[in-house]
Amino acid sequence: MAKRIDVKDLDIYYGSFRAVEGVTMSIEPRSITALIGPSGCGKSTFLRSLNRMHEVIPGARVSGSVILDGQDLYGAGVDPVSVRRHVGMVFQRPNPFPTMSIYENVVAGMRLNGRGTRKAAMDEVVEGALQGANLWNEVKDRLDRPGSSLSGGQQQRLCIARAIAVKPDVLLMDEPCSALDPISTLAIEDLMDQLKKDYTIVIVTHNMQQAARVSDRTGFFNIAGTGQPGKLIEMDETSTMFSTPSNQATEDYISGRFG
Amino acid sequence: MTTTTTPTDLTAAEASLSQGRLPRWSTPATVAAVVVLGALAILVLDAPVPLVVGLGVLALLVALPALAWVVEGRRRANDRMWTVLVTIAFALALLPLLSLMITVTQNGLARFDWEFLTTDMRGVLGEGGGALHAIVGTLIITGLATVISVPVGIMTAVYLVEYGRGRLARAITLLVDVMTGIPSIVAGLFAFALFSIFFGPSVRFGIGGAVALSVLMIPVVVRSVEEMLKLVPNELREASYALGVSQWRTIVRVVLPTAAAGIATGVTLAIARVIGETAPLLIITGSTNILNTDPVDGRMSSLPIFTYYSYTIPGVPPEFGVERAWAAALTLFLIVMLLNLVARVLSRIFGSPTSR
Amino acid sequence: MTTPATTQVGGPLDQGPPAEPRIGSRNRTGDKIFSGTATAAGITILVTLAGIAAFLLYEGFPALVAAPEDVPGGEGFWPYVQPLLFGTVLAAVIALIIAAPLSIGIALFISHYAPRKIAAPLGYLVDLLAAVPSVVYGLWGIFFLAPQLVPVFQWLENTLGFLPFFEGPTSATGRTMLTAGIVLAVMILPIMSGVNREVFLQTPRLQEEAALALGATRSEMIRMTVLPFARSGMVSGAMLGLGRALGETLAVALVLSPAAVISFNLIGSTNSSTIAANIALNFPESSGLAVNTLIATGLVLFTLTFVVNFIARAVVARRKDFSGANA
Repeated sequence: MAKRIDVKDLDIYYGSFRAVEGVTMSIEPRSITALIGPSGCGKSTFLRSLNRMHEVIPGARVSGSVILDGQDLYGAGVDPVSVRRHVGMVFQRPNPFPTMSIYENVVAGMRLNGRGTRKAAMDEVVEGALQGANLWNEVKDRLDRPGSSLSGGQQQRLCIARAIAVKPDVLLMDEPCSALDPISTLAIEDLMDQLKKDYTIVIVTHNMQQAARVSDRTGFFNIAGTGQPGKLIEMDETSTMFSTPSNQATEDYISGRFG
Repeated sequence: MTTTTTPTDLTAAEASLSQGRLPRWSTPATVAAVVVLGALAILVLDAPVPLVVGLGVLALLVALPALAWVVEGRRRANDRMWTVLVTIAFALALLPLLSLMITVTQNGLARFDWEFLTTDMRGVLGEGGGALHAIVGTLIITGLATVISVPVGIMTAVYLVEYGRGRLARAITLLVDVMTGIPSIVAGLFAFALFSIFFGPSVRFGIGGAVALSVLMIPVVVRSVEEMLKLVPNELREASYALGVSQWRTIVRVVLPTAAAGIATGVTLAIARVIGETAPLLIITGSTNILNTDPVDGRMSSLPIFTYYSYTIPGVPPEFGVERAWAAALTLFLIVMLLNLVARVLSRIFGSPTSR
Repeated sequence: MTTPATTQVGGPLDQGPPAEPRIGSRNRTGDKIFSGTATAAGITILVTLAGIAAFLLYEGFPALVAAPEDVPGGEGFWPYVQPLLFGTVLAAVIALIIAAPLSIGIALFISHYAPRKIAAPLGYLVDLLAAVPSVVYGLWGIFFLAPQLVPVFQWLENTLGFLPFFEGPTSATGRTMLTAGIVLAVMILPIMSGVNREVFLQTPRLQEEAALALGATRSEMIRMTVLPFARSGMVSGAMLGLGRALGETLAVALVLSPAAVISFNLIGSTNSSTIAANIALNFPESSGLAVNTLIATGLVLFTLTFVVNFIARAVVARRKDFSGANA
């Protein structure tokens, strides 16, 4: 399932404003790639361009290519809807569908494809996804309760279950723990560690300890100033990045001198 | 997650990112084809217009999704059908609305002149005459209604947002809803029933109309002001409290000014909403042919009533009355447009917090 | 607003306002006066509604207890009001059936389909038409719409004449129950689509993105997030529309050519009138018990709209659990 992503010379624009410039990177399958950098450096925008979610903002466009195991996500005739089917996403704040139960939340993506409507098969997927998200034991007795009845950390794990229930190739996480308390954060981090056995995971985080704890590789984004495009400054093994970065800006950021 | 085959595994088509897609021109081309066919049916076959429009809509509803089904698959077809449905709904709604504007403008312009705006109907039977008395009456009645409704409405909203808790607040919220749904004619009957107790069954005066309109206007004001007050971030209130400012001063100095543009917009729209009310005024202000500027003494005409009677009792010969009816309708329409414009400008100038 | 500014039920006391400083007790007084005034304004609403019911009952009561032969029509109050009630509900239901789907479509078009740049002006246009006076709609209904609809009615009679709604004979003027229903639908469209648009736009961005990130198309995203989120809002929009249609007076009074009948024939020339239109047509020339009778019919209309509002409220409250208000 897990696939590798190769990004080449990617520029991202909102209208005439260039938000991200010249990103080239490789994202390995079955690993966690962390993207760090100061606010507004374009790391979230870049993450969203990996499943074309940035296109929900009118006027967004890209140049360059994002290759998912040989297929260009921005190639001619590619449907953003099917891209998102392959590249799942977990958001900054937990966002279970409030009008749906826990069960319905997990099968929401599956229902879109009009298959898996047999009850037994769906039950199996729900249990699998919730177990995969370390949530099954906490919610198995109340699957018909609204998703919004869970705690914040549980909601976020429900969102992860919802994302993996459609068996994507890649899982994008946009600061998934920024709205959670430390204990819930730890639970999500443990979960990511398990999930990387099956998925390619890309996570944007503001928390450098988190990047150091969970990721295999780390990319550092920065901007020269307001109104300038964000750029990928450096990318390397996480251990290298945090011990001996080759770029001065990276070292300044990691050692907390700015950002 | 090393699962075996489950119902979600991808079909070959889905595993590929690029499925068949219709070219961009396919939709405009289909629409154009249907429009041309429809025009031919009307011009050549002399088919009734509404029928052709209906069939054309149906044709689009079938053709666009069917094309998508063949080329792009079921889900895309479904998506297209929604797009077509939604767009057609919008177009269908605009049709009557645009035709209404055109009809009113066309018919109204015939008598929309200086004489119409500056004379009343004293002694006029056929040609000539004007709506001065009705315009003045409308302004007086609506003005009074505004004077009554705005303070009550704003304070009620303040109560609901800033103070109201518990049963009383819940009851008032519910009743504001109920009041929003009061038929306008019932408001007129209420004003009549109220004043006829004191002044007898032949009571007709402007202030009664103002009371009736207030019944309709207060809930609208409450609603819009309530929305605006809720948009004021709690942080602002807390910041003010933290400075030791009392609650009422916080409301007067911080909350209300922050929401001022929104409140002004809401009030203007509420005025626009009631200025065209006909039914309650038919009951309680009656109609007269002459200018009356005293709201507590005797019948007072107003633009909607003038429109109504000019059409239903047009006089001899009838076409002059009907022309006056359309001119009055146009005047009313322009006033309402103007009020909406003012509301829009207000929210532009002050930057409504609701702008999205 | 003469209610004394003392403590009121559910007043500021329950809320636990921020602790007042001990110094400056004049602020305390200011608070009391202000909150008292606000509470009094709220209570004005209660009093007004109670007043409407009370005064209508007081003035309408003589008609309810009068001898049948004294009431207009000569058969008593209930036989008098029945065809009117029927006509009121029929016209409003036709309007709602037409307007409900259309208003959702219009609102979705503006909120989720139209390009951003033209969405705001389009919304403004629809808002503007919410304020068109009913008497203008009435004139438009008679002069423009009714003649346009005659051939359509003819066609309906020819093809669907086996249904009681379209059995004909078609009215030559087009001033029929269906025309009235369509005019009402047009009138309530702006208000309903306005409400729907507002609630559609309030759908949390995060919800919509969650659906899109799962690979939903635009329509699927709307069905998964926007419509469920907006359900109670749509009900209250429909409630507003229905209430307006039930009570709409002048447009119906102008468009319909009424008779005291109960008929499901929507395209014929004999139609039931509505309560509101009947009052408008007859009130100015009535006196004595006839006035009381009309007021009593007004009370019936008031009760009807009250009940409709109440049911709609209950529907809204029932799904609070899943409403997503806390999202």
